[in-house]
Amino acid sequence: MRTEDHRPVDAQSHRPENPAADTPGTPVTDTSENPATGAPEGTAVRGGGHPWAGFLLRRLGGLLAVLVTLVVVTFLIVQLIPGDPARALAGPDATPQQIEQLRHEIGLDRPLPEQFASYAGGLLGGDLGVSFQTREPVADVIAARLPFTAELALLAVVVALAVAVPLGMAVAVATRGGRRPRLDAAFTFVTGLGGAAPEYVLGTLLVLVFAIGLGVLPASGAATLSALVLPVTAIALPGACVLARVVRREAAVVLEQDYMRTARGRRLPAPALYARHALPNLLTGTLTLGGLTLSALLGGTVIVESVFAWPGMGTRVVEAILARDYPVIQGTVLVLGLLAALINMIVDVLLGLLDPRTLAGRSHA
Amino acid sequence: MIRWTAGLKAGLAGLAAVALVGLAAPYLFGEAAQQLSGAAREGVSAGHWLGTDALGRDVLARTLVATRLTLLMTAAATAIAGVLGILIGTTVWVAGPRVRETGLRLIDVMVSYPAVILALVVAAILGAGPVAAVLAIGVAWSPAFARLTASLAASVAGRDFVATARLLGVPPYRVLTRHLLPNIAEPLLVLLSVAFAGTLTALSGLSFLGLGVQPPAYDWGALLDTGLEAIYTNPAEAVGPAVAITLTGVLAGFVGDGLAAGSDPRAGRGRDGWSPSAPVPGRRAPDGALLVVDGLSVELPGGVRLVDGVSFHVMPGEIVGVVGESGSGKSLTAMAVARLLPDGVRATAAGLRLGDLDLTGRAEPARLATEIGVVYQDPSASFNPALRMGGQLTEVLRRHRGVGRAEARERAVKALEAVRILQPETVVRRHPHELSGGMRQRAMIASAVLPGPRLLIADEPTTALDVTVQAEVLELLKEINTAEGTAMMFISHDIGVVGTLCDRVLVMYAGRIVEELPVADLRVGRAAHPYTRALLAATPRLDEDEERGPLTTVPGRPPAPSARPGGCAFAPRCPVALPICATDPPAPVPTGEGRSAACHAVGVPS
Ligand code: SF4
Repeated sequence: MRTEDHRPVDAQSHRPENPAADTPGTPVTDTSENPATGAPEGTAVRGGGHPWAGFLLRRLGGLLAVLVTLVVVTFLIVQLIPGDPARALAGPDATPQQIEQLRHEIGLDRPLPEQFASYAGGLLGGDLGVSFQTREPVADVIAARLPFTAELALLAVVVALAVAVPLGMAVAVATRGGRRPRLDAAFTFVTGLGGAAPEYVLGTLLVLVFAIGLGVLPASGAATLSALVLPVTAIALPGACVLARVVRREAAVVLEQDYMRTARGRRLPAPALYARHALPNLLTGTLTLGGLTLSALLGGTVIVESVFAWPGMGTRVVEAILARDYPVIQGTVLVLGLLAALINMIVDVLLGLLDPRTLAGRSHA
Repeated sequence: MIRWTAGLKAGLAGLAAVALVGLAAPYLFGEAAQQLSGAAREGVSAGHWLGTDALGRDVLARTLVATRLTLLMTAAATAIAGVLGILIGTTVWVAGPRVRETGLRLIDVMVSYPAVILALVVAAILGAGPVAAVLAIGVAWSPAFARLTASLAASVAGRDFVATARLLGVPPYRVLTRHLLPNIAEPLLVLLSVAFAGTLTALSGLSFLGLGVQPPAYDWGALLDTGLEAIYTNPAEAVGPAVAITLTGVLAGFVGDGLAAGSDPRAGRGRDGWSPSAPVPGRRAPDGALLVVDGLSVELPGGVRLVDGVSFHVMPGEIVGVVGESGSGKSLTAMAVARLLPDGVRATAAGLRLGDLDLTGRAEPARLATEIGVVYQDPSASFNPALRMGGQLTEVLRRHRGVGRAEARERAVKALEAVRILQPETVVRRHPHELSGGMRQRAMIASAVLPGPRLLIADEPTTALDVTVQAEVLELLKEINTAEGTAMMFISHDIGVVGTLCDRVLVMYAGRIVEELPVADLRVGRAAHPYTRALLAATPRLDEDEERGPLTTVPGRPPAPSARPGGCAFAPRCPVALPICATDPPAPVPTGEGRSAACHAVGVPS
């Protein structure tokens, strides 16, 4: 589900300065010549450490903070179960002895700090516990499931970007200055519709049309490459629609910038003009605003897996929640959280590559 | 303000209809939805428009009946998200700077995480069930509200009216209701409608996964789940809830879009373009002129003329200044010559050529790029922030002259050196934001000169710079003119600057050239036109070598292009206006060698 696709309403606060604006307060060595002598003074460029060094340090720090938060949150999942966790876990038919045995087994009878220390210590050693349900080590469960989820989510990110960026840009160019109002209206309507369809609904409809109606693609499983098509489409399409709107808005702004006039003044052919001069600038804004959409694709993946009986983390965590299999829940939530952090980090690194000015600012994980 | 667009109205009307269904359907179709018929999983028929489910119940009836529970749960989750988020946001905001800093960071991180994962955490704690699902989605959406609240608080608390209201002793609740709420209501409403759509799909998603509503109760998500199971026997069973979820989401999206629509003021415009037709030719340019502009007009789509029949020429090696107040059309004239007019304005001319290059037709891009160099007004905005200096400087050489990468780079370094930029080898590897404003403008000049243009157009090249840097840039332009013999059009609002640099000066007012005179005359104050004289009077003496103060202005304001008077546009401000000035536009009249003025009073003894 792409619940937070729309969240960037107020994400303006994330934006770096207007791409065209000067970064305020940047200590640029002043090179103005001494008016009396005409002799230039000072060095040409600003000194200081490499901008990436600080950025990566901050970014790793942020990642560490997220990791710690995730560990604490997943630890608390069990502690926060209303009433007596052991009783809840043992089920309604459990005898008092069984409950006590379970309590001891999970360590719920130990003081909280000790429990946390053993939980965190276990994680450090790669020990994520053992499934209540299947007695499998959780680490093995994740190792078996993670590749499938990562495959879907990352492919969906790539597809969403590959659809949204050219589409949004083409529409922005075609409708600039208020031209082609009908194309404008059609774009707004189609992306509005596509953006509002939840991934799992889209997935169901895709199965209806392509697997059952036309019979050209498999409806479930992950056995073949063609099995990827429908789930990736279902996950990527709503996000692509939302992103395409962002790209279009950003592109419209970029096309009005002075530096685009400078580029026009160099009489570049259209591909160079848009790909070289507009694209990097509009990607900055797009990723800043649309980065959330990309990490939200992971949420979509978790649910869409159930539509296609995809053997990933999503289907597994749902099973685990229904079975109250807490070690598996904790492990999968932890890894899903890290995956989201990874996507956010990729977005930030991309931003840094596209627009070095963002290296100084953005640091949320 | 809320604009009642069609989308907003349609969205609200649609949502109202959905709400009505939610209200009425259980009474109307409740029985049909529970009624077991013998026919399980039947396809679409006249009796069952969407077929029947595994127990033979009518799918359409069940979809309609499910509306109520779905809407109630969505409303509850949205309310929880809103209340919780606003509480968190407010708490973080009033909790003092330390807590605020960390709190905001934390909210930021939470917002950047998929709500599904947060919801799964809550669902895991509380177990599967409708209450747990509502709480889970409510909690998962609260960070969005928290952040909006915090940023609204930040922006509103700092505004003047709040401080003023406090000073005036307005009671706090009045400040809240009269001043704050109207300012924050709109973004909050937008987020509410967006969150409604989001919680709807998220809640339905949880039910779809089996983590939300448990049988025998059902909402759209649960129906979709059973529909998916039956997809091979009765495909229509999934369609009902799928359409319901999407439709309601789209309607809420319409409302959100409609509420947010106030922000896009871009209005419809026509095409840009050139038409070399019709305009009245002006006077003949002397033989051997490099740039000849004849009857150039620039107009808006509505026909409003921003530049009105301007004719002039530039000789090889000559620096011609174009001076005027902002809105006089001087920059548009320059951009029309450079063929860089913004979208939506049209230029027409009886003739416009640079040497043998016809600028009204489809001029070859390579020739345009290499023969006209442009120095733009704002050097910090005119370099592409995402590209390194070297790439931008060498672009024309490489693209249009076929110069190789290494050689182009070498020539760029030399050009930077020529404009006295230190360590040019380093500078070419920098991004524009790493240079100072003065350096950027010198680099801009280097970039314009690099292909060896015949004409350099400098559009207010010093306006964005501070005074000492201004002088350097002017000196540099003069140097290039002397060394390379490059002709220049120098656009400025500062008649003093024009006087120091140029050979000949064109004075523009309200889209027309009102006077043309040699710079020597300007320097000694020998101007014929009342407007030029007023400009000179407003400027400290040019021959006094002292720092110029801020430009004092000519009293009054120029007329808007759409409201220019029928006669002389300067008449309302002119100290020597004659009766004829209000009715007849004055035509340019030669007043001597290389001089002309468009004024009824010129030549009339005063
Ligand atoms: S034409 Fe008349 S109003 Fe215009 S400048 Fe000359 S005297 Fe003044």
